[in-house]
Amino acid sequence: MALEDYLGDNIFVTKLDEIASWCRKNSLWPMPFATACCGIELMATGASKHDIARFGAEAMRFTPRQCDLMIVAGRVVMKMVPVLQRIWLQMPEPKWCISMGACASSGGVFDTYSVVQGIDRFLPVDIYIPGCPPRPEQLLQAVIDLQDKIQRTGTVFGSEFDRRFRPEGPRPLSLEIPLNLQIVAPGNFETSTRLISDSNKQPGGGQPS
Amino acid sequence: MSNEIPPVIQALGEAVSAEFPGGLLAITTFRGNHRFHVCPKHAYGVLKYLRARAGFGMLIDLSAADYLQYPDLEDRYGIWYCLLDVDNGRRLIVKTTANDPDPKVESVVDLWEGANWMEREVYDMYGIEFLHHPDLRRILLPDEFVGYPLRRDYPMRGKGERHNFPVLTRAEG
Repeated sequence: MALEDYLGDNIFVTKLDEIASWCRKNSLWPMPFATACCGIELMATGASKHDIARFGAEAMRFTPRQCDLMIVAGRVVMKMVPVLQRIWLQMPEPKWCISMGACASSGGVFDTYSVVQGIDRFLPVDIYIPGCPPRPEQLLQAVIDLQDKIQRTGTVFGSEFDRRFRPEGPRPLSLEIPLNLQIVAPGNFETSTRLISDSNKQPGGGQPS
Repeated sequence: MSNEIPPVIQALGEAVSAEFPGGLLAITTFRGNHRFHVCPKHAYGVLKYLRARAGFGMLIDLSAADYLQYPDLEDRYGIWYCLLDVDNGRRLIVKTTANDPDPKVESVVDLWEGANWMEREVYDMYGIEFLHHPDLRRILLPDEFVGYPLRRDYPMRGKGERHNFPVLTRAEG
């Protein structure tokens, strides 16, 4: 007699990892790290029309110690990166990160001295959401995808994170523009072309290769 | 909007010229904005005169621009003060200049208290020193930041300041 036949429908048998992941994925507590307009879409996702509570992730907490999902919504500037990293480190394991929107994922249109070109250069990211800003449906899809990922990879003690010592994002460059490449000023204010030093003239508008 | 200078601004300009010979370089008008172009040497005096004698009690804005390689301009930095006469509803923009090396102008914090943070922001972004400012230090950028990023010769993508952070890995978290 099989065990299932003996116990009937009252009990089902599963693995400890799976039951832990099942509990975790259906009660994600987001930490809203909203720095720009994506944060407004994040709020809309929490509001009644889209209602992130349908996926069990409505308990937004503004202290990282109570959260296990960080949603970075908006651009992150160099002054904010230490804050972001500290908040990430303060969150208890196991934890996940959603990079919401073009700016958080790649810097977006803000290719300037102060804006970090993607938080994944300095922080592990699980799900990226494209869009500027993304629709609430996209954020909900990201939560659904993350739930799937947690179910597939989760372990009861979070040991799936144990040996991941290597940075997984793009390599943080020490410098994107060589120092001998001078971008001085728009040389011609009508066309906004840039001056490049003669010794380093490159095709393609002087983009570093 | 006509680009004619109204008589009231013309009269004010004549009064300023009488008080500071050679101080007022030009009066221009564009789309209803009346501008006094002031010699840097007399900028503080003109502003003090406008504050005390002409009724411009409110400093609306104070900012700057870097005119490096701008056509037909010789001075590198332009600094402007947008003034408002609250009693009569008059507005006036006072423009002055500064140049490398050591661009500096006199602080107007003792005339308008609100200039304090605006001058700090101009110092932060352009490195223009405001003499006799009570607390001239960076306001937006971190204290350890080197350089002045809104200058035209500052590379738009910076000098690596957005890359200089430790990388957190999954296992460290």
